[in-house]
Amino acid sequence: MNIIETKDLDFYYGDFHALKGINMDIEKQTVTAFIGPSGCGKSTYLRLFNRMNDLIPGTRMTGNILIEGEDIYAKGVEVDRLRKKVGMVFQKPNPFGKTIFDNVAYGLRVNGIKDKKYIADKVESSLKAAALWEEVKDKLKKSAFELSGGQQQRLCIARALAIEPEILLMDEPASALDPISTAKIEELIFELKDRYTIVIVTHNMQQAARVSDKTAFFYLGELIEYDDTGKIFTNPMKVETQNYITGRFG
Amino acid sequence: MKSGIVKFRQSFVEGMIKISGSLSSIIILLIVAFLFGEGLGLFGKSVVEEGYVVIVSKDNPIKAISSNDLKNVFDHNITNWTQLSEKGEKSLNTDIVVAYNIDQAFEVENTKDMIAFVPREYAAEIDNMRILDCGNISLEDFFLGKEWFPTAQPAPQFGVLPIILGTLWVSFAAIIIALPFALAAAVYLAELSDKKTYAMLKPAVELLSGIPSVVYGFFGLIVIVPIVQKTFGLDVGETALSGAVVLAIMALPTIITIAEDAMRSTPRMMREASLALGASKWQTIYKVVIPHSASGITAAVVLGIGRAIGETMAVLMVTGNAAVMPHTLLEPIRTIPASIAAELGEAPTGGAHYQALFILACILFLITLCINLIVDRISSKSKIKSR
Amino acid sequence: MKKLQQNIAFWIIRIMSFSIIAVLLWIIFFIVAKGIPAISWDFLTKMPEEGMTEGGIFPAIVGTLCLCLGSMIFAFPIGIMSGIYINEYAGNARIIRFVRMMTNNLGAIPSIVFGLFGMSLFVNTMGFGDSIIAGSLTLGILVLPVVIRTTEEALKQIDDSYRIGSLALGASKLQTISKVVLPMAMPNIITGLILSIGRVSGETAPILFTVAAYFLPQLPDSIFDQVMALPYHLYVLSTSGTDLEASRTMAFGTALVLVLMVLILNLSANALRRYFSRKTKTN
Repeated sequence: MNIIETKDLDFYYGDFHALKGINMDIEKQTVTAFIGPSGCGKSTYLRLFNRMNDLIPGTRMTGNILIEGEDIYAKGVEVDRLRKKVGMVFQKPNPFGKTIFDNVAYGLRVNGIKDKKYIADKVESSLKAAALWEEVKDKLKKSAFELSGGQQQRLCIARALAIEPEILLMDEPASALDPISTAKIEELIFELKDRYTIVIVTHNMQQAARVSDKTAFFYLGELIEYDDTGKIFTNPMKVETQNYITGRFG
Repeated sequence: MKSGIVKFRQSFVEGMIKISGSLSSIIILLIVAFLFGEGLGLFGKSVVEEGYVVIVSKDNPIKAISSNDLKNVFDHNITNWTQLSEKGEKSLNTDIVVAYNIDQAFEVENTKDMIAFVPREYAAEIDNMRILDCGNISLEDFFLGKEWFPTAQPAPQFGVLPIILGTLWVSFAAIIIALPFALAAAVYLAELSDKKTYAMLKPAVELLSGIPSVVYGFFGLIVIVPIVQKTFGLDVGETALSGAVVLAIMALPTIITIAEDAMRSTPRMMREASLALGASKWQTIYKVVIPHSASGITAAVVLGIGRAIGETMAVLMVTGNAAVMPHTLLEPIRTIPASIAAELGEAPTGGAHYQALFILACILFLITLCINLIVDRISSKSKIKSR
Repeated sequence: MKKLQQNIAFWIIRIMSFSIIAVLLWIIFFIVAKGIPAISWDFLTKMPEEGMTEGGIFPAIVGTLCLCLGSMIFAFPIGIMSGIYINEYAGNARIIRFVRMMTNNLGAIPSIVFGLFGMSLFVNTMGFGDSIIAGSLTLGILVLPVVIRTTEEALKQIDDSYRIGSLALGASKLQTISKVVLPMAMPNIITGLILSIGRVSGETAPILFTVAAYFLPQLPDSIFDQVMALPYHLYVLSTSGTDLEASRTMAFGTALVLVLMVLILNLSANALRRYFSRKTKTN
């Protein structure tokens, strides 16, 4: 079943045509990787799924993006609610200057949940899901800044999981981390895909090959090829894809 | 999950935030409206105090009298009617008899030569007299008049020229005194200081800007004024020079801070290029850094002048407050803010004197607005942020 | 030759720079040395007596505290909101530039002009008379630009990733600002606010015609009462008291209290700044 459907999408930053005629469907409970050289539009496309690009002035979009059959750019869509459904993890870990507990509870609280017991349970289960619980269970009241970079990123994932999203967007989640932390994040992604639909943007092709079921290759704002990850990396249809994967450009 | 009340509260708070964003602009508009509203009534007001008139004999051919002449007549600086007429005009050639009030006016026998200052209602009770046209307070009298005697009778003099010049005089003198020190400190902070000395000088400069102006005034009054008096052997030490010294100390932080920021904004590449060509550090400073930050330094100086022009208490306490045209730095002068602070308390609300002080405030407002726009222009050109 | 020239120039610069510190120390030592003999418990807690040549300055201290408090109640919320508007809501660069320019203009207006404006609007038009509320509002308007700029600068330093991170969790813009951005910016805002209290406590010109009483040996009952204030009291004592020579000691004492107030506020703001910056560094 397709959870995200994109139809004839074009996107502009001012005069710059950043995404050109994208048509693409993403299946439920899969990991989809977006790859391509810098500036190919893959991050831009990812950020359209939770309307993060709304925050950038001077942008324009035509076409439709449907999540669970609903047009998320239709009038009357509550952006806060959409973002609750579509969680996001960013390139650089960005925990708030609050305690570890409050960081994870933040999303619940701003969405109007007041039940303390529920929040405490949810914080614990989210931290467990993000494989961070064992490391932080004794210092939940400490500042999130005291964690290492990799821990901070897993905290950000826990923070995103706490609000029970259906889709998790990850914008190069491991690019600012050391190899060991990166491995932990990848392991986590693998575990999470049973419950969530994950879309990940990455520069790192091995990473895409390791974690994803499907891979989409973008080049100069166009979706060049979209197929099973195994196929893309072993037997791509298009010459651009092949060039990129074999390191001829990018 | 979000209830309607929460939504409403959010949009209410956001509305408040948006309104408060326009508050500065609204306050400035209000300030303009109130200052000009209170002050502009001055022009078009009769030269003679409200409720009073100046009368002369019906046989006297004089047609009108200017505000300044009127004052001179009543001060006995003009004593003969001929002095009041232009060449070829008909006039009496007798001495002027001045009556300062209604009682004197009744006692004078020779009413033909008399000029009298009386309440309007009594004007008709003295035989054979008529009201003399004295005209209204004009822009020219106000801006070019050299005499400020706001409580003179029958014709208060509102010549603000000496006050405006006094303000500029003391402010420019202050900046000239402050500039070398401020520049030296800015160079020191931006280029020469190490961590330790920076941590000494910078807080000192900040503290200097934190000391209340009335404390500067007090210090000036007790310390600077006697020094100036002794050094130059003057009768009074409350002079433009004392004011300039105090203002110079007060203007230092403004100039130093902005000039330092400007110098710091010099790209490292430019500095390194100069050093790599064999220039010494000092040569680099005065041939590269200072020229590069020239516009920022200019902005700093202009802003410093603005601060000095608007300063009230310190100047009020040390400059002697004599509203005379300034000639040297060793005489008392009076500034716009000091005039307002000293006189507004005694000026009856809504009267000509009160209005004149509001016009002075308008002038002050416009001067600082111009200065700020100039600084804005300069610093937006050089991309240096002014504080 | 080049070296010599540089040495001379640098020494001149050093001497001139440090003469500024000398002047500051001169002012402070002068006031402290002459003011300390005047300071006593009675001086701080008693009413002025004998034509202000004896007794204390208690009502002036209370008056100044009232004015600080009053102006802060007015200026802080509005100024902070205005700063939030400029940095978070006003998207259009032209609008930002305009609002910022107006704030700068407001900040450059001489304090005496605020005094006149306050008298005209609050004392006369709104009919508050010479009162704490008229003086507080006038002083509040005076520090408003300082509060706005402080808030704006503090908000600007918060990295956008925190805003985006919060929005991505489904928080609204307002929630993001109030729960993430503002708490992170608070240390810097508070430092600025402390400095602006220092500014308010020392201002004389704006209160001359809006609240300050020449001599009023009693405490205010309501916000519609006149009060004495430290800076104005110092002005009165040094220029227009009943007996200038006899009230000299009192004047020095008042000046010392005033300077101490500003000094303490300044130092605590500095200490706070250092404390917060050290705290964020170790994180």
